[in-house]
Amino acid sequence: MVEAAHCTVTEGQIDAAITAAHEGISFEGFELRQTDGGYKLTIPEANTSETLTESALRERLASIPVPLTNWHYWSALDVSDAKYAFLRWLEDARGEELPPPGERYTQLADELERHWGELLITTTIDGDGTRRYSLRHQADATTPDDELTAYDDPLAAQRLAKEDDDGRYRPLKTAPTLQTGWHFPDCSAADLLETVSFFYPATVANWYAESTGGLEVTHWSETTARQTGIYDVAAELPRDAVDWAVEACCVDSQCLKRREWEYDEETAIDVPAGNGEFPCREPCSLLIAAARKWSLIEAEETEAMPLELAPSERDQLEELLDAVAEGKTDEIREADVGDGANRYRARYLRAKLREKGVLFRE
Amino acid sequence: MPEPSQALVVAGHGSHLNPESSTPIFEHANRIRERGVFDEVREAFWKEEPAFREVLRTLDSDEIYVVPAFMSNGYFTNQIIPRELRIADGWKPETDGQVHYSEPVGTHDSMTDVIIRRVETVTNNPAVGPETGLAVVGHGTERHEDSNASTNAHAAAIRARDRFDEVQALFMDEPPYIDDVTEHFETGDIVVVPLFVADGYHTREDIPEDMGLTDDYRDGYDIPTTIGGHRIWYSGAVGTEPLLADVILERAAEAGATIDQDRTTRATKPTPGA
Repeated sequence: MVEAAHCTVTEGQIDAAITAAHEGISFEGFELRQTDGGYKLTIPEANTSETLTESALRERLASIPVPLTNWHYWSALDVSDAKYAFLRWLEDARGEELPPPGERYTQLADELERHWGELLITTTIDGDGTRRYSLRHQADATTPDDELTAYDDPLAAQRLAKEDDDGRYRPLKTAPTLQTGWHFPDCSAADLLETVSFFYPATVANWYAESTGGLEVTHWSETTARQTGIYDVAAELPRDAVDWAVEACCVDSQCLKRREWEYDEETAIDVPAGNGEFPCREPCSLLIAAARKWSLIEAEETEAMPLELAPSERDQLEELLDAVAEGKTDEIREADVGDGANRYRARYLRAKLREKGVLFRE
Repeated sequence: MPEPSQALVVAGHGSHLNPESSTPIFEHANRIRERGVFDEVREAFWKEEPAFREVLRTLDSDEIYVVPAFMSNGYFTNQIIPRELRIADGWKPETDGQVHYSEPVGTHDSMTDVIIRRVETVTNNPAVGPETGLAVVGHGTERHEDSNASTNAHAAAIRARDRFDEVQALFMDEPPYIDDVTEHFETGDIVVVPLFVADGYHTREDIPEDMGLTDDYRDGYDIPTTIGGHRIWYSGAVGTEPLLADVILERAAEAGATIDQDRTTRATKPTPGA
């Protein structure tokens, strides 16, 4: 069995185990139960049990830091099932089944990393088995700590979540635009959970509900039917247009939630759901607000609009649309007139079409 | 038997466009976190996250108190929030806890004290009142909101205290209009307090321009600004006043919350930016 370096048992942990032995402990292969003849102890990765007197047990427990401190950490946590499951998931480096404690302690002694949206969460272990957590933007994975701003209060995440790296407001918390340049170097479990809740609200609850089969999904038709006031018109978005709206707003490049809702119970939306860790269980307020606008546009009468363009100008309209849709306008160099979305190219086309009265009607 | 655990949800509007719209909600929630009287405190929004629709499932407490940070009773407090929380008839809320839904902060009698505190803050004068007029500004009836009721009620309550020479309720979208603020007052000094939760388009742009404090809000304005022989002290949204956190707690207490005991360790932590 692999012992993690620096991990030692405290008297308090031994006392806690002996107290808990009345009811019996059974946790990840570590079993301890008070019996008529003393204490029956089974440790993980060993095939035999032993029965010990209390003083012998105390000595024995002091010699098995991994199973004892592991049990103690998890049994002392006072959190909901969802939060408990999330903290366990953080120690699951392979993303399959939680490795045995001995293997985990070796990884924890080094550092165990997992990604949650754009967050990189690292779990490590104190000398008494207490887990410590740190988090930062995944893009800062290799940024030296002294180049990052350090925070210790979870409330700091409220402000960090509000703006992207360019100082622009992020109306959608799960947009892949989380700002970089910060870290929370040393969090307790409670602080970690609170910090994550400000970066990505409700994601742990939804993820857990999904993993236990309890995620309630509300489909597009049901969500839009519920709307009132200025948003009731969202329900009138034509069926084809719903797919366009989802392609516009809900794919991984725009939102890190994985879409689990469809048009309705029977009809799927033909757009990739995404690969995010946490599920999206109904259309959000941003999508509904956008859908309202598209409903109004789709309700307009269309008309044929003759537009005489050179083939290169037609290509340019595509390039302009692509550049705006992909958020690439900032990347186009000032003098790169070869790119149709170049600012000078756009200004030229605007001047020409305005004079011809085709697009810019008085 | 242990006390049941309790959560507070501060329910605000939020915005897709204005990052500061939710700031007072976060700040009041943080003030309440600091006092440590709830096991959990959570913000929830119509336009931001967590959404009203999702907030209940994030809470683990036995008793959940939802306080709308809205200034009037109306569409949001009567329809939207109950529907989205699924506490309206025919819906099942997504929590095993018991949900208690309070009246909004804006209609509480103690909002009167918050308005007066705001007046004291903006004039930097704890004795403000004599030879001073106070305009409480509401939105008005543009969209079936009943906002004029709470604006009128607070103006009447402050008038009854005989502290200010004159007190008027004025509106953006119905008469008497805030545009003509100086015509409604004899006093040389007029303090203008908008009954809004957050500073945004209305309080930062509309009202200052309508009153003539500035031609273009981007140029800013002085506090006070002299217009037609009157000095106008414009306070910005009353909802940013720290005392509003007390009104939220009072609303939660009226809905049954116990707010006199320390439940968390949060109280020992400083609030960033506080």
